[in-house]
Amino acid sequence: MTDLPNSLRSGPDARGHFGQFGGRYVAETLMPLILDLERHHRAAQADPAFKAEFDYLLKHYVGRPSPLWFAERLTEHLGGAKIYLKREDLNHTGAHKINNCIGQILLAKRMGKTKIIAETGAGQHGVATATVAALFGLPCTIFMGAVDVARQQPNVFRMKLLGAEVVAVESGAKTLKDAMNEALRHWVANVHDTFYIIGTVAGPHPYPELVRDFQSVIGDEAREQILEAEGRLPDMLIAPVGGGSNAIGLFHPFLDDADVEIVGVEAAGEGLDGKHAASLAGGRPGILHGNKTYLLQDEDGQITEAHSISAGLDYPGIGPEHSWLHEIGRVRYEPVTDAEALASFQKLTRLEGIIPALESAHAIAAAERIAPTLGKDKIIIVNCSGRGDKDIFTVADALGVDL
Amino acid sequence: MTRFTAAFAKPHPALVAFITAGDGDTAANLDALVAGGADVIELGMPFTDPMADGPAIQAANLRSLAKGTTTADIFVIAAAFRARHPETPLVLMGYANPMTIRGGDWFAAECAKAGVDGVICVDIPAEEDPELGPALRSAGVDLIRLATPTTDTARLPAVLSGAGGFLYYVSVAGITGQQQAAQASIDEAVARLKAETDLPVAVGFGVRTPEQATQIAKVADGVVVGSAFIDIIAEHGDAAAPYVETFTRSLADAIHGAKEIAA
Repeated sequence: MTDLPNSLRSGPDARGHFGQFGGRYVAETLMPLILDLERHHRAAQADPAFKAEFDYLLKHYVGRPSPLWFAERLTEHLGGAKIYLKREDLNHTGAHKINNCIGQILLAKRMGKTKIIAETGAGQHGVATATVAALFGLPCTIFMGAVDVARQQPNVFRMKLLGAEVVAVESGAKTLKDAMNEALRHWVANVHDTFYIIGTVAGPHPYPELVRDFQSVIGDEAREQILEAEGRLPDMLIAPVGGGSNAIGLFHPFLDDADVEIVGVEAAGEGLDGKHAASLAGGRPGILHGNKTYLLQDEDGQITEAHSISAGLDYPGIGPEHSWLHEIGRVRYEPVTDAEALASFQKLTRLEGIIPALESAHAIAAAERIAPTLGKDKIIIVNCSGRGDKDIFTVADALGVDL
Repeated sequence: MTRFTAAFAKPHPALVAFITAGDGDTAANLDALVAGGADVIELGMPFTDPMADGPAIQAANLRSLAKGTTTADIFVIAAAFRARHPETPLVLMGYANPMTIRGGDWFAAECAKAGVDGVICVDIPAEEDPELGPALRSAGVDLIRLATPTTDTARLPAVLSGAGGFLYYVSVAGITGQQQAAQASIDEAVARLKAETDLPVAVGFGVRTPEQATQIAKVADGVVVGSAFIDIIAEHGDAAAPYVETFTRSLADAIHGAKEIAA
């Protein structure tokens, strides 16, 4: 966080708001805990020992820094701007999620909490949380919609191997939104000893801020790496946005660099006229899960179901800082459909030998659209936020292949 | 004198009854609550994501929404209730998004127009009061705040600031309709709250039987019962009203007589 008077990096304000977004819309039972979490986060920020332990774990356990890979064949194929991939897929557990989990479990330890809970959609955040819980020897419960449990069996088994209890949530549509409701219900009844590791830059303040801070390692590294490779900053950043933690992690260190164009990619599912998960393109501001942000909802404020081929983007909301960056126009958000993501998933795999997560494939698809329109002297960094091994069953199914 | 002050000025503790709007025959159930002796009624506004509710009220929310209940329907129910029952205080209880989606001013005006006396919003704590509080207060609708076992003494003044109607003490850290708090912890909490506010204190969460209600009514100004009504409506559907009335009477008899028993 910087303190420059006109910095776009100084949010949120003291009440946890980014413009009209963010805030702390939680039940009174949770409020004292949220305030306590904020105090501990501030103390941790000021404690060099906390940062040292975080950095140590990121380097030696997660395997950071993740490489910045010049995707030469993809660049040649598209015939425009040079494309670099930030390889978050090479992290331990296969995605950016672990960065945040390391940070939050260190906070949990600092607060003296002895139990860990988390929500998960596709299972990536669940696996990352179960991983750090195993590393720190803390019991861990993962809430996962029953529908997601059924379609993500390998990740369910991974979490169980790691020692986590996986609770299949039967309420609502039985997907990520309902998993988060159930995690909040469990938390409110166990506030005395339980730490909730939220997986994205959403939820009540200070979660959007602290998750962003832990994920900003992505952008900090990318900045250093592109300066080393090219001697200058990139012209554009592209990242996929569900809740938006990988995206804000890449974007945040560049927000004050006015010459760096920033593009977030929302999941347009079957198209914006059909079922989708594009909260900014198809939603409007509302209050859910502790924060005010853009939500998919009807005219009465009832939340509607999201859809994306990528379970990690299948959420009817978006982090509040993204809503703010959208409204002030600093970041442009573009939709990419299931079909486009599926095509890019295969293209990147063939051209670069990198199987991206379906989430990341959305960003690749946007890069395919944009790169040819830019000159060859331009540079784009795309966040390859995760690896696609987890998605091969979904992709096979979509391609009509019987495994 | 507001309907709340009148209800809590009765010579006995109040039964505060909760049902979800649009679940079952709501008008008939509301009449049954009044006939059975409920002193204050909370009408739940259904929401797709009722994060603070246990399985019973979650299911009631979904049943209501599945029948197509809209916010407009709820105000129609409220206005009709007010026409039939000029004296019983009516509270709308629910979540922030349906209450604020058209703006706090719109919601507060509709409440005032329908004769709603108070509003409980589960997920707008004191810190986010500007979202709804000022609009309700200027429309003359009481904002009823929640205090919980985690609300410490330092925080209580903030919770009480801008609060009206009565103070709702959520007796367990948890969701609705689950375990009941130890009576000793309720006694202690109510004493602590009453030392800090002149508002009546009603206690709820996990209260399901006349016996539990009697114990709480010995110390509190009101006892809130919700999930137990919802269970009756879930079981009997559109024909629940007579059962609701019978259960209401058993609770009302217990609560209304509690202080005499104590004395």
